[in-house]
Amino acid sequence: MQDPLPPPSSSSSASPACDVITSAVHSASCLSAVDRRRTNTYTHTHTHIHTHIYLYMRPPPGAMATQELQINESLAHLKTESESLKTKLEEERAKLHDVELHQVAEKVEGLGQFVMKTRRTLKGHGNKVLCMDWCKDKRRIVSSSQDGKVIVWDAFTTNKEHAVTMPCTWVMACAYAPSGCAVACGGLDNKCSVYPLSLDKNENLAAKKKSVAMHTNYLSACSFTNSDMQILTSSGDGTCALWDVESGQLLQSFHGHAADVLCLDLAPSETGNTFVSGGCDKKANVWDMRSGQCIQSFETHESDINSVRYYPSGDAFASGSDDATCRLYDLRADREVAIYSKESIIFGVSSVDFSLSGRLLFGGYNDYTINVWDVLKGTRVSILFGHENRVSTLRVSPDGTAFCTGSWDHTLRVSSSFSFSLFSVISLSPEVLLTHCVFFFFFFLQIWA
Amino acid sequence: MEKVIVAMQDPDMGMKMRNQRLLITVIPHAMTGHDIITWLIQKYCISEEEALHLGNLLVKYGYIYPLKEPRSLVLRRDESPYRFQTPYFWTSTQWPATELDYAIYLAKKNIRKQGELMEYEKERYSLLHKRINHTWDFVVMQAREQLRASKQRRKADRIVLECQEQAYWLINRPAIEACQRALGRNRVKSSNCLEGFLKHSEQYQNHDPIMQGCLPSNPWISDDAAHWTMNADVVPVPTRLRVERWSFSFMELLSDTMGRKEFMTYLEKEFSAENLCFWQACEEIRHGENSRISEKVNEIYKNFLAPGAARWVNIDSKTMYKTLEGIKRPHRFVMDDAQMHIYFLMKKDSYPRYLKSDLYKNMLAKAIVPQETKKSVFPFMRRQRHSSPSPAQLL
Repeated sequence: MQDPLPPPSSSSSASPACDVITSAVHSASCLSAVDRRRTNTYTHTHTHIHTHIYLYMRPPPGAMATQELQINESLAHLKTESESLKTKLEEERAKLHDVELHQVAEKVEGLGQFVMKTRRTLKGHGNKVLCMDWCKDKRRIVSSSQDGKVIVWDAFTTNKEHAVTMPCTWVMACAYAPSGCAVACGGLDNKCSVYPLSLDKNENLAAKKKSVAMHTNYLSACSFTNSDMQILTSSGDGTCALWDVESGQLLQSFHGHAADVLCLDLAPSETGNTFVSGGCDKKANVWDMRSGQCIQSFETHESDINSVRYYPSGDAFASGSDDATCRLYDLRADREVAIYSKESIIFGVSSVDFSLSGRLLFGGYNDYTINVWDVLKGTRVSILFGHENRVSTLRVSPDGTAFCTGSWDHTLRVSSSFSFSLFSVISLSPEVLLTHCVFFFFFFLQIWA
Repeated sequence: MEKVIVAMQDPDMGMKMRNQRLLITVIPHAMTGHDIITWLIQKYCISEEEALHLGNLLVKYGYIYPLKEPRSLVLRRDESPYRFQTPYFWTSTQWPATELDYAIYLAKKNIRKQGELMEYEKERYSLLHKRINHTWDFVVMQAREQLRASKQRRKADRIVLECQEQAYWLINRPAIEACQRALGRNRVKSSNCLEGFLKHSEQYQNHDPIMQGCLPSNPWISDDAAHWTMNADVVPVPTRLRVERWSFSFMELLSDTMGRKEFMTYLEKEFSAENLCFWQACEEIRHGENSRISEKVNEIYKNFLAPGAARWVNIDSKTMYKTLEGIKRPHRFVMDDAQMHIYFLMKKDSYPRYLKSDLYKNMLAKAIVPQETKKSVFPFMRRQRHSSPSPAQLL
């Protein structure tokens, strides 16, 4: 971990220069805040162990030395076994890798340069925007920020429809329910709460809050499964969990990450039973929701994985990490198949998402930009500027018409491609074309004059 | 599993625990492997093999730990001593094996046996040191405290405590089994997988608004929500692109409300509509409230599975038997096998026929292709929409 951050507060953010230098803000700052709480509870639980042991008192001759020796030997044996298994696994994976993705993609037409343009700017958050999610109606979004506010917007008209203030700061996760009738959010309070959205503007949303998930560390991501009744959460305590919303009961927990889990995504598959999670241990794990088992694991990133997203067909997923790369992993080939990186990009990726066809991969970076990659060829097709601080979250709308980005500059931006192509000019009717030419003429005349 | 453990520890009916000898130290309240197996056989009237298997599971999950070879989590049918793990360390209490605790454990080991940490533990130690640097003082302090407290305890307790801790950490270390499982997996050749990506991108290219634009216009660009009204859930006439998408995959058809309705109409003509109804009912169980599961399962049994039911579904006898057995103890996934069977039946049989049917072809012919709205204003002139910067009203 690099320089420790000041503890999170609801006051205005530190200077931009400071923000650029620090990295992996979630783990660092939250851990320090949380640990202060844990020291108090730790000593309490530790005495608990002592009392248990003191129930069994006996006279002590010594025989520990030989025992320790035995233990150390079997430990070494286990370690070598683990290493050899890992190398064998890599060899097996490499055997079936006969061609690279960009080689296969050579026969596909190149995309040319895209121009992306911001279409809507949503202002209203008082502090860093940390997370956002689209509603299934393709125009509403929910966003959460560091000052504890969760806002529901109609992004098309830019109106704010609902606002809730959470009792904690750093609301790092929020999600829209599939029905559009509720939102879930959580963060440093270690909980995930579900707020039903009512049409009555005067109703106090906070009163109807339902506490669903309970973790022992901060909540990093949450998502509804196919219905409003179940929520999948991931937490800084290294676990993911599936909860029943109505009763708050834990349905299944997923253990296997060795460090904070930072992101998760549900698979769009026919059977709908798996999800992928990425964590600070550089691993991306694919889980079976029914059994709680980790089905596949990928460890090729060089730093924390901040975001994972499935390819639209469900056969692969992309991940973005602090090592400034995005990678594509194929689930059937069981390996990484593409890396999206450039020497000029040195800042970490905070979030990734695919366009509707899966041909484009959008990445929000900590250097305030959004890079758009051609998934098949591995090249960058566009770069979008506009945010004044790091991009913290990025999601493509459910029908793929636009994508929304949230940033530490307190705003959200909805952007889409700028389609002013030659073809569209030709298709314009003659009188419109004429007026445009006249306009251009006078415009340049003014500049020259 | 805990019920078994609690029963074992019952003073009257439970295991007879004696003081077992571990080399020279006498460990109190321990039992031999042999005793465990005998007790299990007696209590649950099971065979020796099953008792061994059950005992092994108890050890693997950390409820009982071996004293002789604490690294080997296996139940042996002989005189080797075992002990019950304190409930504190039970996996079910979900006391997460956090980095902090592991760091303290390693620090303790380091301090106690100056540099006797194994290679991998050394790596972990330095990794942890880097990660939670700011709480390292806390870690070292805790480690020292624990060591001091343990020095004051007697030898036997110390052995017990160490074995407890080691057994616990063994369970929580990244499993070697996961690696072995991964080795056994079937993998597909890269060339086949990658072709899949090409096909998918090609198929969906026209449907991707960011890449190809959309008709009549992208709402975000033209400020006109016509595209959304035309593609709403229920419309009298769907767009052509939408109907084309139904032919891409069975999942696309089912996930579109209108597509599903059309398919249902088709199935009713074919007298196999109960398949889709059954599938829908099963989906409701999988994604519905916990409290209504048994109620819904009974409904399904009455309507679809009971002999002579009104809408009896045709599943093979093996799956039927398994499902009926599962219904006696209903849970969220009890219908999974039957649901899968019916899903693949529809996908392989009814779905291709639907795509070739007149119903679908007519729908495709009727479908509208919206006119692209002519851009009336020069693009550079259109102003960006900004929301009012006023802070959100608190509700």
